[in-house]
Amino acid sequence: MPTITINQKSTTVPDGTTIIQAAEQLDIEIPRYCYHPGLSIAGSCRMCLVEIENMPKLQPSCNTRVTEGMVVQTNTEKVKDAVSGVLEFLLTNHPLDCPVCDQAGECYLQEYYMKFGLYDSRMDENKTKRHKAEVIGPHVMLDTERCVLCSRCVRFVREVSCSNEIGIFNRGGQSEIRLLPGKALENNYSGNVVDICPVGALTDRDFRFQCRVWYLNKVNSVCNGCSRGCNITIEVNRQRPHHGEGRRVMRLKPRFNPEVNQWWICDEGRYGYGFIDAPSRILQPRFKKEWEYETLHWSWAVEYASRLISQVRESSGVNSIVVIASTQLTNEDLFVIRKLFGEDLGIHQIDYRLPEQNPSEGDNFLLRADRNPNTRGAEAIILEEQGYSLEQAIGAGGTEEFKLLYVFEQDLVKKLGMETANRFLECFESVIYQGSNENGTSVLADIVLPSATYAEVDGTFTNFEGKVQRIHQAVEPLGDSFPTWQIVARLAKAIGRPFSYECAEDVFADLAQRVVEFENLSYEKIGDQGGKLDEVSRVRA
Amino acid sequence: MSELVILKNVQNRSLLTIEDYLDVGGYRALKKALFEMNPEQVIEEVKKSGLRGRGGAGFPTGMKWSFIPKNIDKPRYMVVNADESEPGTCKDRVIIEKNPFLLMEGITISSYAIGSKSCYLYIRGEYYDQAMILKKVIEDAYKHGYFGKNIMGSGYDLDIYLHRGAGAYICGEETGLLESLEGKKGWPRLKPPFPAVSGLYGCPTVVNNVETLSAVGPIIEKGGDWYASLGTPKNGGTRLFSVSGHVNRPGNYELPMGTPLRTIIYDIAGGMKDNKKLKAVIPGGSSVPVLTKDEIDVKMDFDSVAAIGSLLGSGGVVVMNEDTCMVKALLRITRFYAHESCGQCTPCREGTTWLKRILQRVYDGEARLRDLDDLMDIAFNMMGTTICALSDAAAMPVRSYIQKFRKEFEYHAQHKCCDVTPVKV
Repeated sequence: MPTITINQKSTTVPDGTTIIQAAEQLDIEIPRYCYHPGLSIAGSCRMCLVEIENMPKLQPSCNTRVTEGMVVQTNTEKVKDAVSGVLEFLLTNHPLDCPVCDQAGECYLQEYYMKFGLYDSRMDENKTKRHKAEVIGPHVMLDTERCVLCSRCVRFVREVSCSNEIGIFNRGGQSEIRLLPGKALENNYSGNVVDICPVGALTDRDFRFQCRVWYLNKVNSVCNGCSRGCNITIEVNRQRPHHGEGRRVMRLKPRFNPEVNQWWICDEGRYGYGFIDAPSRILQPRFKKEWEYETLHWSWAVEYASRLISQVRESSGVNSIVVIASTQLTNEDLFVIRKLFGEDLGIHQIDYRLPEQNPSEGDNFLLRADRNPNTRGAEAIILEEQGYSLEQAIGAGGTEEFKLLYVFEQDLVKKLGMETANRFLECFESVIYQGSNENGTSVLADIVLPSATYAEVDGTFTNFEGKVQRIHQAVEPLGDSFPTWQIVARLAKAIGRPFSYECAEDVFADLAQRVVEFENLSYEKIGDQGGKLDEVSRVRA
Repeated sequence: MSELVILKNVQNRSLLTIEDYLDVGGYRALKKALFEMNPEQVIEEVKKSGLRGRGGAGFPTGMKWSFIPKNIDKPRYMVVNADESEPGTCKDRVIIEKNPFLLMEGITISSYAIGSKSCYLYIRGEYYDQAMILKKVIEDAYKHGYFGKNIMGSGYDLDIYLHRGAGAYICGEETGLLESLEGKKGWPRLKPPFPAVSGLYGCPTVVNNVETLSAVGPIIEKGGDWYASLGTPKNGGTRLFSVSGHVNRPGNYELPMGTPLRTIIYDIAGGMKDNKKLKAVIPGGSSVPVLTKDEIDVKMDFDSVAAIGSLLGSGGVVVMNEDTCMVKALLRITRFYAHESCGQCTPCREGTTWLKRILQRVYDGEARLRDLDDLMDIAFNMMGTTICALSDAAAMPVRSYIQKFRKEFEYHAQHKCCDVTPVKV
C-alpha cells in the first residue's frame, strides 16, 4: 500500500494503482483522452502527462504505477505547457464545427480547451480533409475529421464487445478510424463507442440533431430491457419541447455500476425507450360498449372497475377472478397488487408467468434471455404466498367458473399466440387491461386503464441477482396515465379497503416489512448503487 | 590504418561462405564461449568491453543483457535489429554483404549469454539482396552445425528465423519491431514493461543492432579489455561510420571510437568535393541535431558528441557544403519523419505534419517571420512527450537547423527566396 503525494495532497492506495487513479481519489483532475478505466492502457494521447519528482521527463499518469513516497505535480508550468501543447496538436486538424456537432456541450476538446488550453491558434495551414458523416453501423455515425485517434473505440470492439469491426488505418498524419473491410459496426454493444468517444467523432444516429445536450435533464434509472438491470440515466428534454419531434426522452446513457453493468449497456436496452413517447400510448381510461370504445373520466373508470370486481367476487366467489401481474412492474406495483387482490380480496389466482411462444435469447455479456427487469422481484413478492400456476390454467383451457380477468401490462396475444390467447380470454365475461401501450390484449379488453411507464414513476426493480435498484421519475406520466400502484390504490379505496401510501417510498417501507427477502432494505440503503435481497432469510422462512 | 574489428579480413573481399569464414579463424570465439565460459562470464566480458548499442541510443550492451530475469520459466528471445532505416546510414548493410558470418557468430554467442534458444532476425524489407545473402548464410551455418541442436557439440541449441519487414521506419524502434514481428501494426509499445521483462510474445527479449552483435565475437576472442582499449573511456571499440554527402570518398569506414569528425571528413573521406567550403555536418543520422563547420573538432564517441548538444546516433555522417540550402535540407528531413510517424502519439502525429507544412511554406517563399518561432515552439512541444523517440527525432533537426542557421531561414522568409541557390518563386 504505497503512499503518494499529488499537488501536496497525500493518499495511500493499493499496489498497482496508477497515478491517474490515485488523482481521482484525491479529486485532482488529470485530463485524458485515451485512458478509460474499462479499457486497456494505450498511453498515446499524451494529455495525462505529470511531473514526478526525480524523473527528468514528464510521465503519462495512466501508465505509471504509484510507488512508495512518490511525489507528483500536475500543475507546474512544465506540465501546463505540455498539456496545452498536446491540446494544440489535437486541434490543429480539428474542423471546429462545434455549432453543428452533437457532442458540443459534452466534448472533451471544448472542456479541456477551456480548462487547460486557452491559447491563441497558430494553425494557418489548410486542415487535412478526411471522411465525414459516414454511417458505420445501424446506430453509429463516424466523422474522422473530429477524431483525436484516442483508440478507445478500437480497444472497445477488441476487448469488450470482442467484435473487431474498426481499426486505425494508415500511418502518421494520415491515420484514420475505418471499418475493417466487409464489416459494419453492428454488434449489440455498438452504442457504447459513442459514450466513450471523448469528442464528436462517433455520434449516435438515433440522437443526431435531435436536441442540444445542454437542454437535457438527467435522471438516474435502471434499464427495463432485461433482467440484468443495467444502471442508466434517462436524458429528458424538458426545455425545448419543439425539438426532436416532441420526444421527451431523448436518449438513455449507461451509468457506472461495478457490480451490474460497469460502464456499458447493450443497444437493445439503449434504443428500447421508444415506447415511452410512442403514439401507441394509452392516454385515457376507456371501456368497450358494444363494438366501440368510450373514453371515461378516471373517477368513472375506477368506480366502474371496482364495482365490477366487487360484484364478481361477491356473486361468483374468488375463484372466478384471475389476475395477471407483470414483471415489467416495479416491486411497489407488485406489492400493492398482492396486497389488494391477494390479501384484502382473498383472490389466490394471481400469477405473472405466461408461457412464451417465442422466447428471447441472451448473450454472454450483459443481455439476459429474460427481457423483464423485475422477474426476481415478482418471484419474491407474488410467489411468496401464491401457489397458483397460470400456465396450467391456460393449458387446461380455463374453467367454467372464470368471470373476470385483470391483466397488468402483459400482452397475452403476443406471448401465447392469437389462438390460445383468444380461447383463454373467451372464458371470461369481462377483461380489465391496465397498461401503458396499446397491444393485442388491450384492444380486446372491456375496461382499459392507462398506466405510466418506468420512466414516469419512482420505484425499484430487482435484477436477476437479487439486486434491488431505484428508478426515478424522469418525466410526468403521459396523458391521464398514472403509476400502477396509484391506480390500484384508487381501486382499493373505491372497494372500501384504502391504503395509506403517499408515495412509492411508503409502499416500499410496507413491502420491506411484509416480504421477507426485502426486510433489510429501504430507499436510503439502496441508494444509487442498489441493495441486495436477503436471500438467506427466504431459505430460513 | 587503425585496427579493424568488424571489417577485418573483408577489405578487399567478402566472406560469404562458411569455408572462407573458417579460413580466417571464424567461430573460434563461439567455441571459446561455449566451452570455456558460462553465460555470466560472456556478459561480464561484454560489460568490460564498454560496447554500447550501435543502433543509435548507445545503451551499454552488457547491461542490457543483464536485465534479462534469471530463473524464469518463459522462453527468452534474441532479436536482431537489421531494420537499418535511419537516413544517411548503411553500416549494417556492409556487414551483411561482406562479413555475415561474423554477425551469425555474434548472434550465437549473445543468445548463449542471455539463455535464448530462439533468435529472430528482422531485416528491413528494402534489403532484399541482403536478406537473400542471410538466408543462404543461415542455411550454411545450419548445415555445418553452427545453428540448430547441439551447436559444436556443446549441448547448446539455437534456432534462428529470418523475417523481412515491410518498409516502415518505425519498425526499427525496438518495440515497434517486436509488434511487427508479432504480426501487428508497428506501433511502439508503452514502457514499462521493457522488452527485457516482457518483449516478444510477452517473454524476456533482447533487441540488438547488427553492428553491436558483430562486435561480440571479437570481444570474446580477444577479450573485453582489448576492445575497450580501441576506443575512448566508456566508449569501447570501433565504430562504422557511413560517410555521405559532399566529400570526395563517401563510404563506410570502420574507425576507433573518438576519431575527430575533422579527421573523418578531411582525411578518411578525402575532403570536400570540388574544394567547396564545408557548411554543416549531421554526425549520426538525419535525426540528430546538426553541427556547423566550427564544431567538427568533436571526438566521435557517444559522450563527446552529446557534450556539444548533438548525438552520435547511428553513425551516419552527412556532409553538406556551402551550396546546400539548409531550409531545403530540413524540409527533406521533416518530410521523411512526417511520412514515417506511426500516428500513435498526438504530438508526433500532428506535430510532424504541421512542421512539414510550415517548412514547405518557408521553402516556397510564403513564410512570415513568426513561422520560425512557431517552428521552434512546435518542435519543443514534441520533445520528450511521446512513447518512442521518433517525435524527438523529428523535432531535434528542426530546432538545431533554425538555431544554427537562422539567418538562412530569415532570408527565406523575408526575400521569398533562397540566399544560396536562388529559387524561382
